[in-house]
Amino acid sequence: MTVVFDGIASGLLLFLISVGLSVTLGLMNFVNLAHGAFAMFGGYVCVVLLNRLGVPFLATLPIVFLASALLGVLLERTLYRRLYGASHLDQVLFSIGLVFMSISTAHYFFGAQQQPLQLPPMLLGQFHLPGLDIGVYRLFLIVVGLAIAFALQWMLTGTRFGAQLRAAVDNPRAARGLGIDVDRIFVLTFALGSGLAGLGGALGVDMLGLDPGFPVKYIAYFLIVVAVGGSGSIKGSLIASLILGIGDVAGKYYIPQAGAFVIYAIMVLMLIVRPQGLFGRTAAK
Amino acid sequence: MSRDISMRAEYAFWLLPVLAYFVFGENLALLSQIAITALFVLSLDLILGYAGIISLGHAAFFGLGAYAAGLLAKYGWGDPLLGLAAGALVAATAGFASSFLVLRGSDLTRLMVTLGVSLMLFEAANKLTDFTGGVDGLQGVEMQPLLGLFSFDLYSKTAYWYSLAVLFLLFWLARRLVRSPFGLSLRGIKQNVTRMPALGTPVHRRLVAIYSIGAAYAGVAGALLTQTTQFVSLDVMAFSRSAELLLILVLGGSGNLYGALIGTIVFMAAHHFLADINPQYWQFWLGAALVLVVLFARDGIMGMLRRLVTRGAQ
Amino acid sequence: MPPVLETRKLSKRFGGFIACNDVSLNIQPGARHALIGPNGAGKTTLINLLSGFLEPGAGEVFLRGENVTRLAQHRRVKRGLVRTFQINQLFAEMTVLESVVLSTCERLGLGWRWWQPVENHVHAVSEATELLSSLHLLDVAQEKVRSLPYGKRRLIEIALALASKPQILLLDEPAAGVPASESRELFERIARLPRDVTILLIEHDMDLVFRFAERITVMVGGALLAEDVPEVIANDRRVKEVYLGEAHDA
Repeated sequence: MTVVFDGIASGLLLFLISVGLSVTLGLMNFVNLAHGAFAMFGGYVCVVLLNRLGVPFLATLPIVFLASALLGVLLERTLYRRLYGASHLDQVLFSIGLVFMSISTAHYFFGAQQQPLQLPPMLLGQFHLPGLDIGVYRLFLIVVGLAIAFALQWMLTGTRFGAQLRAAVDNPRAARGLGIDVDRIFVLTFALGSGLAGLGGALGVDMLGLDPGFPVKYIAYFLIVVAVGGSGSIKGSLIASLILGIGDVAGKYYIPQAGAFVIYAIMVLMLIVRPQGLFGRTAAK
Repeated sequence: MSRDISMRAEYAFWLLPVLAYFVFGENLALLSQIAITALFVLSLDLILGYAGIISLGHAAFFGLGAYAAGLLAKYGWGDPLLGLAAGALVAATAGFASSFLVLRGSDLTRLMVTLGVSLMLFEAANKLTDFTGGVDGLQGVEMQPLLGLFSFDLYSKTAYWYSLAVLFLLFWLARRLVRSPFGLSLRGIKQNVTRMPALGTPVHRRLVAIYSIGAAYAGVAGALLTQTTQFVSLDVMAFSRSAELLLILVLGGSGNLYGALIGTIVFMAAHHFLADINPQYWQFWLGAALVLVVLFARDGIMGMLRRLVTRGAQ
Repeated sequence: MPPVLETRKLSKRFGGFIACNDVSLNIQPGARHALIGPNGAGKTTLINLLSGFLEPGAGEVFLRGENVTRLAQHRRVKRGLVRTFQINQLFAEMTVLESVVLSTCERLGLGWRWWQPVENHVHAVSEATELLSSLHLLDVAQEKVRSLPYGKRRLIEIALALASKPQILLLDEPAAGVPASESRELFERIARLPRDVTILLIEHDMDLVFRFAERITVMVGGALLAEDVPEVIANDRRVKEVYLGEAHDA
């Protein structure tokens, strides 16, 4: 049971980080392999605020979100937007370039070592139920993750912004004709995705660790979430993240010698079982 | 006329490695590495540059070839050519088997499957420590003399000529292949995959064939690396190797065999001179180069050369 | 005479949209058969089903009596069933000659040859050259396809199909976007094809259709509406309604 609980917590963490990728890749059809770099950026912002400037952990989170979103806007305006129409290969190369740059930048400022993060006492500790150990921090992750998932779902389906985003993605030209500012929608979406990735990165320092290799180490996980969850679907990403989180934790718990092999095998299997359905939306274009 | 010139340019190009032997005699180990990397880049050029198959995990085949040759040598079959054959065979088999997963679906699915398969193999190599040595690498690779005559020496003389000969031979075969009707059909598939079946082309089979061939080339390159360094490190399979490979190919100009070679030379030379100064800077500038190439020089060095030549001709 | 190409109750839907509904069609050997109908009638979908570009939801396709419903596209080409595309499907970075040679190589079964360079396969090259010369394209043979004007590229679209030496040729609006003077020439070239080549043609230009076709099938809303010789179709009340109705909309 504890395995399942931990799995859910790590699944929601993955969800937070990946949901932005799900939108850029699934909806905006942009292969952004550098997505993990935004998460890493969020992690470092959090660590710096906490360890060097003494900002309390919870107070760092909104700052992390805003800083990552801002970085997203900056890069979207200067670089990413030039490649919206480019081939997937170009997008891949471009974003790998960004990954390399982010890794060495992180290395330059922070060195190769894992960053320590001291959680506030109120988020530490466990309580014990029969057959289930609940870590307070994991519970916190679950609550935050679910809250954000519901908020996103509501935003995408229940607000004007969500409707505009869907229109802009389905048919940018028609959306422009209707007076929707497609550029602005894309920037905001990109910012939101980067912000959430940063937030996930900060929340994940404790569980996923934080070092310059982060964007590469977890890229497969983020991609799996998108692949399994389907294109830009909040619900799909959530379910995929949960499966992945539980599978990963269970795999490492029960067959530690296999390591991440289990997860990669799941990924390849999923792609074999549902090769077309995964990217149905892209294929239709 | 222009054909004459390009023939002469080709002859001249292949004189360079011979010259290099005399000029950079102390750096033969590095020169062998360049030849091996060039072969590896060539293998990606065949599948990506000519047939348009995107792969984020091509290092998997390189790694399979490296381990195949390494394990053979470790357990007593240290004949270099046998090792090459084994590397090619293992990688080609893996390429053939995985092609059925890779070739279905869109570019995006291909990216994911190639990445997934290569990560799986990396994890497997990492965890099967009894077999591969894991992160410590595969030790105890003992090579017998090449053709029973030339043993691998401390100055890498044998290693250099051996790598160069294999590169030359496989380059020559690839050159024949891309100029043949088969090669033309691959370019057709890359340029317009919708049209090809309407001309009667069995697209899927052609792609399976070239993907397996590309994998075999990568396997040979991996085997060469093992044999010339007598060691297999885990990072032969690493994602960063696949990514670097893409970069070199794009830098040189994909869909052009000489682009693959020139890209490798430029990249390896830059790596040699810059990475020593500071490895972190190197990676940063590597990334920056990739971004710039994509934004401004999509056809790579070969494209720039071609533009220079046309401008010169006018 | 048994039909050379036949469909039985062929249907295809895209989501809720029925593009092709219970279509049973016979094409006679050597026919000059036109398929007409308003936009969205399902004509291109029918060609896609016949050529194997799409798989039908229901129904069957027979090629000279052989059930080819599940047969891959390239295998139908090997059996002589060749198509062109409504929107040009060309090889932009190749020269005109290269792209036609690509097609003749496939027809001659040379597609797997990997040892000799293309130009050493003399038969494929000379066949391509002859075809280009008959289409008055020889002077642009060494030009890149992408550098040519649209009319010429449209001709290459047809040349690629002719290079496959079709026995049954499916032409999807071959003259679309071609200036009137050139389209006449194009049709004369198509009309000069040997009589044993069967032709099924989609075309919107009624002048061309009535000049060329010996039999006309009218399709509306995914279903067949009428089929007869041109004189009868021209006076068919329902057909007139369809086209007048469209005229009202426009």
